[in-house]
Parts: sequence; structure tokens; C-alpha cells
Amino acid sequence: MMTRAMWTHLVKDLRIELRSLDAFVSMLFFSLLVVVLFSIAFDPHGEFSRDIAGGVLSVATMFASVSALNQAWAREIRHNVIDAQRMAPSPGAELFLAKVIANFLFVTVVQVILAPFFLIFYNLHIAGQAWLLAIVLPLGTWALVGNGIFFAALSIRTRNRELLLSLILFPIFIPALLAMVRATTSILTGDGDPSLWIKLLLGYDIIFTTVSLLLFDVVFHAE
Amino acid sequence: MNVTASEAVRSPTGAQPVCARLDKVSKLFGPFAALRQVTAELEPGRCYVLIGENGAGKSTLLRILAGLLRPSFGTVKVFGDLEPHDARDRIGYMSHAPMLYDELTALENLRYFSNLYPGRSCLTPADALRQVGLDPDLTRTLGQYSQGMRQRTSLARVLLPAPELLLLDEPFSNMDVESVSQMVELLAGFRQGNRTIVLTTHQREHAAPIADWVLALRAGRVASFEPGSPKIGLGRGGGEPGSPKIGLGRGGGEPGSHTL
Repeated sequence: MMTRAMWTHLVKDLRIELRSLDAFVSMLFFSLLVVVLFSIAFDPHGEFSRDIAGGVLSVATMFASVSALNQAWAREIRHNVIDAQRMAPSPGAELFLAKVIANFLFVTVVQVILAPFFLIFYNLHIAGQAWLLAIVLPLGTWALVGNGIFFAALSIRTRNRELLLSLILFPIFIPALLAMVRATTSILTGDGDPSLWIKLLLGYDIIFTTVSLLLFDVVFHAE
Repeated sequence: MNVTASEAVRSPTGAQPVCARLDKVSKLFGPFAALRQVTAELEPGRCYVLIGENGAGKSTLLRILAGLLRPSFGTVKVFGDLEPHDARDRIGYMSHAPMLYDELTALENLRYFSNLYPGRSCLTPADALRQVGLDPDLTRTLGQYSQGMRQRTSLARVLLPAPELLLLDEPFSNMDVESVSQMVELLAGFRQGNRTIVLTTHQREHAAPIADWVLALRAGRVASFEPGSPKIGLGRGGGEPGSPKIGLGRGGGEPGSHTL
């Protein structure tokens, strides 16, 4: 259930992003670049394109998201806003969840814009149940963004925070990435049943979101 | 005169509990000791001015009182027997940085923060801005404000939840003389509501009109303490300032807690 404080955090993040478009623009151009570069590197016409399309989409989303996740706490650090948030009595977990939802929305919008380019560049005809993509991609995105926001907060006070985020996030994201790629490929090619991978993604999301929510206050109030 | 911990819980008048009590508080950052055995009692309705050179420990002391830092040694209690972290909704903290978002207007910033204080009767954001002399209808974002206007907005943010303990780190920096005098008037009014102010400054003369006590820190220790000569908004009906107990940390040894 969304509390008043969580809604307040969410509206604030959306409003700031709408005004600046910092995260959105960098994510969009970065992901487009990855899609175009992969289409040049590999022959996008033929069966092979379907096999790699799931991986390309996932990797494009992952790299693009990291560029935004690196900046997720930048505004809070810039003028010590985070100290004012720490002084407020509302739970830190609400701030965390609001930030995850906001960044999830940013990445989802980028994916929606990216989708037609993706279909064109890779000459894709979806052989499986296309609607399942509407489950797989949000689940994979949530896994990435949830972990990313948490580890970005964890590395907030370190000097090489951008490098550290990638070093921590990518290994932990591997199970979700694997599930996302396999499920997407299965849907695009029509080969195999993606349900197992979807369940894995769902389980991953539940476990990591719960752990992050439980631990976030400790991270947030750390000196 | 040394005082025991039980004596230190109440002010010399015995009328009211102390607002905050620090007992042999030290703070280490790695091998560096930012604070060394600081003992102090802060009474309600008083203004304490912390002075000292850069690195003397003023900001660290404020952050410990705000509950943003935990002392390495010693204890800090506020409003009786509460940890600062547990009473953070009753404490207002303003740092060097404005602690506000550049991309939002002053009113949006204050609305955001007022919503983070559920169950606490806050000033309305517009009233808080008017109190610090700013127009709530300004549509410019904070990033386009002058340094002094940001400082005022930051003060408005701190005043929003009507805190009982107000901690201000260099509130007069980047402000012109007129703005400083307006802020001092505002703080004097705030103190008259039996609220406690602790502020740090390099410009002692700016805080002089409201300073009940001036505490000098040097290298993390209390170097001196002396009564101020407040000219406006005297607490408790304009009588003599109370007698806070301030510990002279001498490192290693027992800090003497003195009644002045």
C-alpha cells in the first residue's frame, strides 16, 4: 500500500525528472546506441537475430539503467538533502520503494520507446506469446532497478561509487539476467516454455525486494 | 563545582528538565578525534553559540545532537532520556548546504518536507516561507535563487515542523547585514517559545544579540565558555541566563563539569 510519505517521495522524483530529463535522455540514447551497435556487429536478418535479441534487449536495458542508477542518489547527496530526509520521521524504506518505483517507470518508458526500434533493427516477428513480454520485462526491470537503488545507496559515501555499483550489481543480477534473457528468447523464438524463467524472476524479485526493504534503514542511517 | 549525572538531569533552577545533555562525548573519525570528552547541558529557551576555528568540532557536535552521527564514546540524551535519533522529529538541523532540491521551487521543497512529518502539526509551507521573508508565490526553482535566499529557504525548512531544539550550522554565512538582523530577530522569537537554539558561527558579533552562552571549541575540546549578553528576546522573562554545565574535556582525565 502506498503511504502518504511514499507518494510524496515518488511525486518529487517524477517531478524532478520531468523537469530535467537527465536520467531519461541518457538512458534512451545509451540503449538505442547498444541496439544499433549490436545490429551492426551481428547480421540482424535471419534466425540468429531471434536467438540473440533477448540478450541484446536485456543487456541494453541493463547498461542503460546503470547510467540512471548511478545518478539515483546524486540529487540527495548534492546539497545534503539526504540528511534532511534522515532527520524526518518517515521510514527510509518508503524513500527506497518510491525511488525504485520512479526509476522502474523511467526504464519502462525507455523500453516502450525502444521496442519498435528493436523490432525494426532485428527484423523480428514474435513467434511465441507476445503478451508474456509484458510480464517478463517488468519483472526483469524491477530486479535490476530494485537492486540498483539499494546498492547505489550502499555505495553513496564511497569515492568510486559508480565503479562500485557496477561491480556489486552485475554479479548479483546474473540470475535475474539469465532468467530475463531465457524467457525473452523463448517468447521471441517460440521455442520452449518461459514459465519456469518467469517464476524464477518472480522469486528473485520477492526475495531481493524484501531483503532490501528490511536492510534499507540500516544503510540509509549509516554514518 | 563538579556535578553528578543525576544532578545534571535538571537545570540549576530545578524547574525544567534539560533540553539536551552530553556526557563525556568523544567522536573519532579513524585516528582523528573530532570531539574529546565534551560534557554539556542545554536548557530549554536558551541560545548557545558555538565558536571555534575550522575543524574545531562544531559541526560534529551539531550532527551528534541531531542524531546524524553517533558518538564514539559518551552519551547524548535529548528531551529527558531520549536518543537524538528517536526524537529527530522534534529536532531541526540546518547544515552548510541548503538540504533542498535545486530543481524544485521553495514552496515545492517545503511541501515535500512537510509531508514527511506525519502526525506532527507543521507550519504551512507558505507560512514558513513568509516567516523567513520569502514570497511563497515565487515560481523560480531553488537553483536560480541567490545564496542568501537559499539560506532563508533552508531555515524555513527547519522551522516547518516547529522543532523544540534548533541546530544551525553557520546560518549567517552568505547573508547580507540586513538579512542577518532579520534572521536574528526570527531566532529570538523562536527562543521565546521556550525552544533551544544551538548555532555555530565564525561571525560571533552576528549572534551576539541572542547568545545566552558562548561556547568555544578548540581541537575538539571545550576551550572556554562565557555568558553572552543577549539584547533581544531574552528567554524566561528577560532574567539572567541559566547556568549551563559545560565540561572542559582535558583528554584522558575526568572532564570537569562546571556550574558557572
